[in-house]
Amino acid sequence: MIPGAFEYYRPQSVPEAVSLLGTHGDDARVVAGGHSLIPMMKLRMADVPHLIDLQGLSDLSGISVEDGQVRLGALVTQSEIVSSDALAQAAPILRETAMLIADPQVRNMGTVGGNVANGDPGNDMPALMQCLDAEFDLVGPGGARAVKARDFYIAAYMTEREDDEILTGMRFAVQTGGWAYEKQKRKIGDYATAAAAVQLTKEGGKVATAAIAMTNLSDVPAFSEAAGAALIGTDCDDAAIKAAVDAMQGDIEPSEDNRGPVEFKRHVAGVMLSRAVKRAWSRA
Amino acid sequence: MTEITLTVNGEARTIEVDPRELLIHTLRERLNLTGAHIGCETSHCGACTVDLGGKSVKSCTVFAVQAEGAEITTIEGVATPEGMHVLQEMFREHHGLQCGFCTPGMITRAWRLLQDNPNPSEEEVRFGMSGNLCRCTGYQNIVKAVLAAADEMNAAKEAAQ
Ligand SMILES: Cc1cc2nc3c(=O)[nH]c(=O)nc-3n(C[C@H](O)[C@H](O)[C@H](O)COP(=O)(O)OP(=O)(O)OC[C@H]3O[C@@H](n4cnc5c(N)ncnc54)[C@H](O)[C@@H]3O)c2cc1C
Ligand code: FES
Ligand code: FES
Repeated sequence: MIPGAFEYYRPQSVPEAVSLLGTHGDDARVVAGGHSLIPMMKLRMADVPHLIDLQGLSDLSGISVEDGQVRLGALVTQSEIVSSDALAQAAPILRETAMLIADPQVRNMGTVGGNVANGDPGNDMPALMQCLDAEFDLVGPGGARAVKARDFYIAAYMTEREDDEILTGMRFAVQTGGWAYEKQKRKIGDYATAAAAVQLTKEGGKVATAAIAMTNLSDVPAFSEAAGAALIGTDCDDAAIKAAVDAMQGDIEPSEDNRGPVEFKRHVAGVMLSRAVKRAWSRA
Repeated sequence: MTEITLTVNGEARTIEVDPRELLIHTLRERLNLTGAHIGCETSHCGACTVDLGGKSVKSCTVFAVQAEGAEITTIEGVATPEGMHVLQEMFREHHGLQCGFCTPGMITRAWRLLQDNPNPSEEEVRFGMSGNLCRCTGYQNIVKAVLAAADEMNAAKEAAQ
């Protein structure tokens, strides 16, 4: 499996990378870890005459936790997420999720920026970032802007990012309370049949806040405000969890594929969400 | 064609590659290092695993140009002039291979795993090796071989102190 021919560039600054994207327009794509893009190029499902490698952009690397804010550079790999103790303190749901993505070799290359920019409904980080209410930082020819993860996804492989913009990183608040990412997959290296991200806080024995988002159950990640609302003020008993699952079902639109028919996916989505809520509550 | 320089198994190599050339093809066809294998070509099996800049990667999913300037270790660089690496000895001793197709990837991966975590539990070995598939052994003896190699290496380290 040999991809089509391309010109290769390794810019050393963000403005240089943005200008290359501007020059080559539709014919150019950036590559970060390459573990979504290269397989597509090998299958000739992606034709990339100009490939712009981001690895030289040092502004896009690093994890920082400061003043109650977490910032992840776009080039932070899934392995770096797994091994970061600062992140495990500030937002432990990230490590839990990253450990469920593929295998060590893939996590060594795959970046968080590529994972959220890709727009593949199977990617796990987009729903996670919606659950955390993260903001994505984009830089283009017109300057920098931020877009909320909850507003970023339009359709499969279609996001708010313009073709000539680069995602430089993402930011979200240091998390408190309980968390869980539950994922059903057929084997290591498989994308989710269904997965649920839950982050909640407890006050006086009741759920004070709850954020819920689901992976691979629509053509975009599904943040379910209604599911979170169903938990607030309850003591997370079975009735509350059932209400949250029912509410979540209204916010997903699974389609049939080799992971199963729609009914099965809805069933698994419910199981993942109820397990995730229970685990998050037990940690709150 | 693009000129790149790689340090492969300790030796600097400057070569011309096509940008679309995958690292596994550069290693096998230009540098004649046929130890790393091509199994699935779809980033799943790990037969093509090499060490790139101190990390295990699947070289069927990396362009050679992306590796410009990097240090690479392949299975050919794991043995020493004195003889086989302990991992290789233990794979032989514990029947960690049958047909041997997955073995270069398994050992190159385990070589890095034991540097990152010299004292892994069985579970950590299984998790750490989960990007490498084997059609023959059923994995039990691979896990045994890696654990035995860790013990041997730790014993040797202690003896040296
Ligand atoms: C065997 C296998 C199993 C996998 N399983 C899972 C899984 O279960 N869950 C999961 O979430 N992922 C999975 N992945 C995908 C993996 O996590 C990818 O690495 C990730 O989706 C993309 O990150 P990347 O850095 O490799 O991006 P790339 O492949 O380099 O890029 C992906 C896309 O995003 C764009 N892009 C990348 N970075 C930027 C940026 N900074 N700004 C703008 N655009 C950018 C690229 O142009 C491209 O279109 C799997 C991959 C493999 C090979
Ligand atoms: S050949 Fe590279 S992972 Fe199978
Ligand atoms: S020994 Fe045959 S594939 Fe592993």
